[in-house]
Amino acid sequence: MAANTLPYGRKTQRPPAVKEVHVLWITAGLSCDGDSVSITAATQPSIEDVLLGAIPGLPKVHLHNPVLAYEVGDDFMKAWYEADAGRLDPFVLVVEGSIPNEKVKNEGYWAALGTDPASGQPVTTCEWINRLAPKALAVVGAGTCATYGGIHAMQGNPTGCMGLNDFLGWDWKSKAGLPIVNVPGCPVQPDNFMETLLYLLYQVAGLAPMIPLDDRGRPKWLFGATVHEGCDRGGYYEQGQFTKEYGQPECLVRLGCWGPVVNCNVTKRGWMAGIGGCPNVGGICIGCTMPGFPDKFMPFMDEPPGAKISSDTATVYGTAIRALRHFTNDTANKETKWRHKGTKLTTGYQPAHIS
Amino acid sequence: MATLTQPGVESRSPDRRLVEMSWDPITRIVGSLGIYTKIDFANREVAECYSTSSIFRGYSIFMKGKDPRDAHFITSRICGICGDNHATCATYAQNMAFGVRPPDMAEWIVNLGEAAEYMFDHNIFQDNLVGVDFCEQMVKETNPGVLDKAGRTDCPHAEQHGFRKIADIMRALNPFTGEFYREALQMSRLTREMFCLMEGRHVHPSTLYPGGVGTVPTIQLFTDYLVRLMKYVEFMKRVVPLHDDLFDFFYQALPGYEKVGQRRVLLGCWGSWNDPKVCDYTYKNMDEWGNAMFVTPGIVVDGKLVTTNLVDINLGIRILLGSSYYDDWEQGEIFVKQDPLGNPVDRHHPWNQTTTPRPQKRKFGDKYTWVMSPRWRHEGQDLAIDTGGGPLARLWATALANKVDIGYIKSTGHSVKMYLPKTANKPEVEFEWNIPQWSNAIERDRARTYFQAYAAAAALHFAEKAMAELHAGHTKTWNDFKVPDEAISCGFHEAVRGVLSHHVVIRKGKIANYHPYPPTPWNASPRDIHGTAGPYEDAVQNTPIFEENPPDKFRGIDIMRAVRSFDPCLPCGVHMYLGNGKTLETRHMPMFGAQG
Repeated sequence: MAANTLPYGRKTQRPPAVKEVHVLWITAGLSCDGDSVSITAATQPSIEDVLLGAIPGLPKVHLHNPVLAYEVGDDFMKAWYEADAGRLDPFVLVVEGSIPNEKVKNEGYWAALGTDPASGQPVTTCEWINRLAPKALAVVGAGTCATYGGIHAMQGNPTGCMGLNDFLGWDWKSKAGLPIVNVPGCPVQPDNFMETLLYLLYQVAGLAPMIPLDDRGRPKWLFGATVHEGCDRGGYYEQGQFTKEYGQPECLVRLGCWGPVVNCNVTKRGWMAGIGGCPNVGGICIGCTMPGFPDKFMPFMDEPPGAKISSDTATVYGTAIRALRHFTNDTANKETKWRHKGTKLTTGYQPAHIS
Repeated sequence: MATLTQPGVESRSPDRRLVEMSWDPITRIVGSLGIYTKIDFANREVAECYSTSSIFRGYSIFMKGKDPRDAHFITSRICGICGDNHATCATYAQNMAFGVRPPDMAEWIVNLGEAAEYMFDHNIFQDNLVGVDFCEQMVKETNPGVLDKAGRTDCPHAEQHGFRKIADIMRALNPFTGEFYREALQMSRLTREMFCLMEGRHVHPSTLYPGGVGTVPTIQLFTDYLVRLMKYVEFMKRVVPLHDDLFDFFYQALPGYEKVGQRRVLLGCWGSWNDPKVCDYTYKNMDEWGNAMFVTPGIVVDGKLVTTNLVDINLGIRILLGSSYYDDWEQGEIFVKQDPLGNPVDRHHPWNQTTTPRPQKRKFGDKYTWVMSPRWRHEGQDLAIDTGGGPLARLWATALANKVDIGYIKSTGHSVKMYLPKTANKPEVEFEWNIPQWSNAIERDRARTYFQAYAAAAALHFAEKAMAELHAGHTKTWNDFKVPDEAISCGFHEAVRGVLSHHVVIRKGKIANYHPYPPTPWNASPRDIHGTAGPYEDAVQNTPIFEENPPDKFRGIDIMRAVRSFDPCLPCGVHMYLGNGKTLETRHMPMFGAQG
């Protein structure tokens, strides 16, 4: 092949509609940075897959995330100011952490990032969101704090914090017409986030239609089913087998598992590489992906009030079913009777011509 | 640019020209940290440093009135990289409060999970976050002379790790493009899989409970863990000598580098991994079971081991204000007058703390951070002890205490030996960590890599113990309990980056007071009521400047290495004004230490 001959198959490759995109990731909500840490665990795709261009058709991605950034201080903040000035376009704004209410006090700040050169005071996270959200191609909430408020928005909290939709409005749309994309989870399941980001990059590249979201802003393909629907302990539920002790293989509903009513795919996907998760591996579901988390699920270690009727019913039905299955299972566990030694063939084989 | 800068050893002139520089946020850490400094470029040293945190969430406030059984789920969310350390510490405190002792198998499962956390977290921090400060790109931008030398310097342990020159190691650490950077990132996933096997999910576990764990101990569980562990063991056989070569090179290339991040030896370790044969979670026996931990608790002052008794450690804790945005609690309620042994408990002890936030303008010299100032009371002084980023204090205390002896790990009184058996492609190796001369940036970083080996060696021991239980048919992982109406309790653990305590007061079956003290308040604390600077501040102040860049191109790399050596983990920030830095004082000054 001559050096200057283009490979025939190259015609399959198309340049993305947008060549480069920046991801501005603000962790300065009321967060624990657990969502940033979480995405470093992702492999489907991994962060390096996206940054090094391992997936065809995507724009070049520049990530500005404080946990991973090479730059420090003002060098790091430069991208934020550039984006604010409209010189960093297009960009996706990722928010991690709940948004505090800075109006419930007289002065100071609950959460901030960087310093205002004029006043010498910190620039609040709220102000950054107000400045950047209108200029962003899309705004993504990473984790339950940013999406719905989460643990820091618990009853009795001093900061009055909330989720992105509470802050920007449930009708809010980006300049590209996207509603806020919410990827809840405490922390966010690694691949759930990276896959959502990947989808958005496909969309930006002109390779995918509008991201399908439900009425709480969640990607439908990730949060459409309940924990229970994917749970590998679901069979025990059906058979009315509920453990009252941790460390046992049966269904955890009586211990406080909220799986039957929680939208989350962790039981299907596992936590990482298919390993771990919650009910599958012996942890009660505490509803950490839900808008009502945490208060509506506390105290976590009691049976959910609404679960009693269904688990009682399942106990009655399941006990009968289990007895019948036990019977059939016994049969299934026995080999057929024609597998034996000796001179006689009892398989039922009857050749047409006996010699 | 071959001229290396000189360490700031010249006598200090009172006529100093100080330039304000700040870095906010400090990246490649967890959380929001700002470092504000005044730098004396003529004398090439940092004159003043303030550490500030820009986030407040209020755990101690919103936990009041909640069910004490929820504490581990809630407090896990304090930290996004070591949340499980909080969850574990919270269950320790719950066990004490509820009077429950988990089955042995549960304890081994927790220990295996926590070992995986150390293996993961130290690994990702060392080679994907702090490692970038030592990568080719960074060294080229800050000390081209050093990179030049690194290109000419052979690695003494090339045979063990495969990199011929020091500059090859630096290149391999370049973010995302460096091969070792990417390998470390991948290894941080393998170790998190090990973690998820034991504790369900990372970083907020799903299977930890008071009384034990929900993890089902099966043969498959331990197989899946062990095969991954052995890959990590093999990895560490390369990584320890690799870091030794890299760090030793800095001492050699930049004479005086031991002064970077150096402070007085004031180290605290609260102990890690309980021994289920000894630990009954009673306060009364806390000294005994604390001393049976697989990392010995201890406080080291000026190189001397002051105590290994968790009761002493507990009673000495003081939470001071001074520069933080909170009201004092001088008039607040005393929740605990005496500990369960009858010892008096101070008003400023976490059991008696009342948290009242007072948001206000940031004023350096007055109130400038959301972090309080934990101190440890010793011989009439409130000592600003640090954790050495975790590993330095753990290894130091364990080495001096001369207690841990599990075959895989042996404390000698002056060192710690770690044994890693044969793996697929490497023969057995025994590493020995010796107590260093200094508590400084390089030794904090070096200790981290040795502690990764320590955690792997400990995990081998725990896996053997767990499998022995399994083979004996002891698969119970949880014991039932009742939540008492009234109780006080505490939990002590080592978060990845150092000391961690949870203090609880239960009244009417609900949480009446809850104060977690993770490592970061100890390390990132501001000046306290006595004016004593916190450890970051103290370590950065008087750090000499070795960077070759002039003020207008200054990156502050030596300061970054000093701060990051502590493995900062705050939702906090460090600001830097470069070039247009504000000059505080301009007086006649001799031009010392010409910049290269």
